[in-house]
Amino acid sequence: MTSRLGGSAPRRLGVLLLLGVAAPPLQAQLAVRADTLYTMAGAPIPDGVVLVGKDGKIEAVGPAARVRIPRGVRTLTARIVTPGLVDAHTVVGLAGALNYAHDQDQLETSDPIQPELRAFDAYDARERLVEWVRGFGVTTLHTGHGPGALMSGQTMVVKTRGSSVAEALVDSVTMVAMTLGPDVSDNFRGKSPGTRAKGVAMLRAAFLKGQDYARKRADPDSTKRPARDLRQEAIARVLEGRAAALITAHGMSEILAALRLQREFGFRLVLDGAAESYMLVDEIRAAGVPVILHPSMIRNTGSASSASLETAATLVAAGIPVALQSGFEGYVPKTRVVLFEAAVAAANGLTREQALATITRDAARVIGQDRRVGTLEVGKDGDLALFDGDPFEYTSHVCAVVIEGAVVADRCR
Amino acid sequence: MPAVRRTCALALLLPLTLAAQERPLALTGARIFPVAGPVIENGTLVVQGGKILAVGAAGRVSIPAGAEVRNVSGRVLIPGLVDTHSHIGDGDAADRSSPTQGEVRILDAIDIHSDNIRRAQAGGITTVNIMPGSGHLMGGQTAYLKLRHGRTINDLLYCDDPLTGICGGFKMANGTNPRGAPPWPGTRGKAASLVRERFVKALDYRRRLELARADTTKRVERDLEMEALVQVLEGKRVVHHHTHRYDDILTVLRLREEFGFRVVLQHVTEGWRVAREIAAAGVPCSIILIDSPGGKLEAMNLSMDNGRILDSAGALVAFHTDDGITDSRFFLRSAAFGVRAGLPRTRALEALTIAGAKMLDLADRVGSLEPGKDADFVLLSGDPFSIYTHVEETWAGGERVFDRGNPADRAYATGAFRLMRDLETHTDDHSDVEGGR
Repeated sequence: MTSRLGGSAPRRLGVLLLLGVAAPPLQAQLAVRADTLYTMAGAPIPDGVVLVGKDGKIEAVGPAARVRIPRGVRTLTARIVTPGLVDAHTVVGLAGALNYAHDQDQLETSDPIQPELRAFDAYDARERLVEWVRGFGVTTLHTGHGPGALMSGQTMVVKTRGSSVAEALVDSVTMVAMTLGPDVSDNFRGKSPGTRAKGVAMLRAAFLKGQDYARKRADPDSTKRPARDLRQEAIARVLEGRAAALITAHGMSEILAALRLQREFGFRLVLDGAAESYMLVDEIRAAGVPVILHPSMIRNTGSASSASLETAATLVAAGIPVALQSGFEGYVPKTRVVLFEAAVAAANGLTREQALATITRDAARVIGQDRRVGTLEVGKDGDLALFDGDPFEYTSHVCAVVIEGAVVADRCR
Repeated sequence: MPAVRRTCALALLLPLTLAAQERPLALTGARIFPVAGPVIENGTLVVQGGKILAVGAAGRVSIPAGAEVRNVSGRVLIPGLVDTHSHIGDGDAADRSSPTQGEVRILDAIDIHSDNIRRAQAGGITTVNIMPGSGHLMGGQTAYLKLRHGRTINDLLYCDDPLTGICGGFKMANGTNPRGAPPWPGTRGKAASLVRERFVKALDYRRRLELARADTTKRVERDLEMEALVQVLEGKRVVHHHTHRYDDILTVLRLREEFGFRVVLQHVTEGWRVAREIAAAGVPCSIILIDSPGGKLEAMNLSMDNGRILDSAGALVAFHTDDGITDSRFFLRSAAFGVRAGLPRTRALEALTIAGAKMLDLADRVGSLEPGKDADFVLLSGDPFSIYTHVEETWAGGERVFDRGNPADRAYATGAFRLMRDLETHTDDHSDVEGGR
C-alpha cells in the first residue's frame, strides 16, 4: 500500500485519540447530531453526536448527553447518520457517464497482462458519476482498472472530492486488478487467452517471471541487476505483498483457480465478483480470503448467471469478510450505487448493521483503509452520510454528505 | 433434460390450479390495495374460475359456501403488476435487412419457458408487453402476454387467435439507437422522413383497400407491413415509441398529430423537460428507473423526478422494466424510487398496474382488483414500497404462478436457479423428490 503521490501519510491518529477523549474539543468545525448514530464501532448510539475538527478528523463521538456541541459550531441534524460509505470496488472516474471512447479508461486491450498501468494516470476527479455516487453518501472509492484482462492494471483509493486526482487520492496503488474466465477471451479475440485454462497458465508464467525479476533485482552485485521493468516491478509488488491481487472470478472453476494461484505464489488475494462463491464457502473460508462481492442486483447473465441475492448473507454467516461493490457497468446504468446494492443485501438475509458494514467498516478493511475510514471513531476521517430515515429504504433520502468535515452535498435525494 | 423436468413439474401442478379455478378461493385478513379504490384494511378477496368474484372489507364480502378460505393477515394484496415494456422470453424480431419491418411479430419467437419469465413472475408481474428492440425505426409487432402457466405462447396471449386478432402493439424508436449506415438513417431528419414515408404509403394502401371494398373488380395484393400499419392508423394497434431526448419526444408528438395514431411514449428520459407538451397532447408515458445517468448521451439528463413531474403535469404515467435493462424482480423498486422523488404513493401503485393496463388497452381485464376482472394478484409480505418486502405469491388468471415457499420458485426470486436446477437434476438420479410433491 502506498500513500499520497510521492509523499507519506500523516500519522496523527495516536495524538488525536488522546486529545479527543481527554480534553473537551474546542476546535470543531462541524457537529453532526443524529437520532440514531451508527458508528459501526459498537452499538448504534441514540441521540448521538460527532464532532469533526478543523483538520477534518473526528474529535469526539458519543451520546449528546456526554459530547457537548461547542457554541457557534455549524451543526447538521438527521434521523440516521452513518460513516461515509465506502465502495469497495468500482471503475468510476476511469469510466465516465458518456460511455464514449474518450471517457472509458478502465480497460486497455492491447495486451492481456499490463499491471504497470497506474490508476491515478487515468482518473477524472470531476467526472459526473463521482458527484452522482457522492450524492448518495459514498465518500471513498476503491477504483481503477477494471475487470476484463488477465491483469488490467492497478487500483487506488480516492475520496469523492477534489478537483484533481492529487486532491482526491488516499492510496495510490492498492491492488492489481486481474480477471479469470471467459470474459477475458471475449476482450482479446484472436489472441491468447482463448480459453480459461490458458488464462491461468499465462498468469502463472507472469508470476514466475516476476519472481525471477525480483530475485535478480535484489542481487547484492548491482552490475548483475537487470534494468528496471515497469511490468515486472508491478508484479513483484504483488508478490511482495505491497499490493493485493484483486482477482475477479465468478464461476466455481475460476474461484478455485484463484485460490490455487494464491496458494502457489503466496500473494494477498482479494476475491472479486464471486457469483458462485456460495457454492465454495468452505474453500474460501479455509483460504482466509476476503470477498468483494458483486453488486447484489447484478444481472443474471454471462459469467454471473448464477448470482444470488443471498450470497452476501451466506458468506457473512460463514465468517468470511465481505464488502459490496458497485462494480463495472458497460451501458445503463453506467454505474450502480453501492448504497442500493447493500440495501438489497439487507432485504435478503443480512441484518441492517451487517449490510451497512459491507459498505463501511468491512469495506474499509478489505481495501486497507480501516485506520482512516469505515467507522466513526476519534482520530478517523470526518466522513459522514446523513439520512432522513432507514438508509436502505427505497423512500428514504440522503440529505447531506460530509468529507473530512466539509459538507459536499446537502440536498435530499 | 431441464425442459423435460419442468414439463413434468407443470403437469403435477395442473390438478391443483384447476381445482383452484373451480372451487372459489377466499383470501382473508389482508391489507388490500385494490387500486380501483381506497386501501382496505382486513380485506377479503374472492376469486373463482380465473376471475375476481368479490373484494372488500371483512364482513362486507360474502364468502361462497364451499370456498377454500386462507387467512393471510399481516400480508398485503395488490393487483398483478403490468409491465409495459420488457424483453423477456428471449424473442428476436426485426433483422438487419431494413429499419422498418412492421410485418415482423415477436410472438413468433418467444420462449415462454425462458428463465426470465419465471423471474418476472417472481417479481409479481402478471401482464407484460414484450417488445422488439429499439434498433429499428419500426421494429415490429409487440406481444401482450398474461404470465400464467402454459405450454405454448397461445396459452399466454391476450388475443383469441394470432391469425385474426390483434395481439399486441407496434414498436417504434427514434434517437440514436435506430441509426446506422443505409438503409438505416444517419440523421434525425432522415429518420422522421423514413417513418413518414411508411405512413404515407399505408394511407394510400388503406385508400386502395376502401376502393376495393366498394368495387369488387379491384383487388389489393396483401402486404403484411401495410396491414399492420393500417391497424396502427385505425387506432386498433397502439404504437409503443422508444424515445429519450426532449426534441425526439416532440418529434413523436408531431408524427402522431400528422397521422393520428395512438401512441405510448416509452422511456421518455427527458419527459420532465417537455411535460406540459406531453400532457397537453394527452399522450401516456411509460418510464424507467435507472440507477445513474449516462451510458449513452441520450440518457445523460435522466432524472429520478421524471415520474413526479410528468404526473403533476397531468400525463398518465406507468413504469416499465425494459428487462434486461432492469430486472423484473425489482419492478416494485422502480415505482418506490418514484415515491422517493415525490410521486404520490397511490399514483406510484397505479403506475405499476392500472396505468399500464390502460396503455395496453387491457384495463377492462387487469390492473385493479374489481369483481369481473382477471384474478391477477400479488401477495406481499409488507408495504409495496419497502425494500424489506418480498413477493410471497403471484397469481395470474386464478393460478398461482410463483410461491416463495416453494424452493424451486424461490431460486428464481434469489437468482440461484441455474445451479439449483443442476443440483436438483443431480439429486433426482438418487431420489424421487419431484414425484413426492
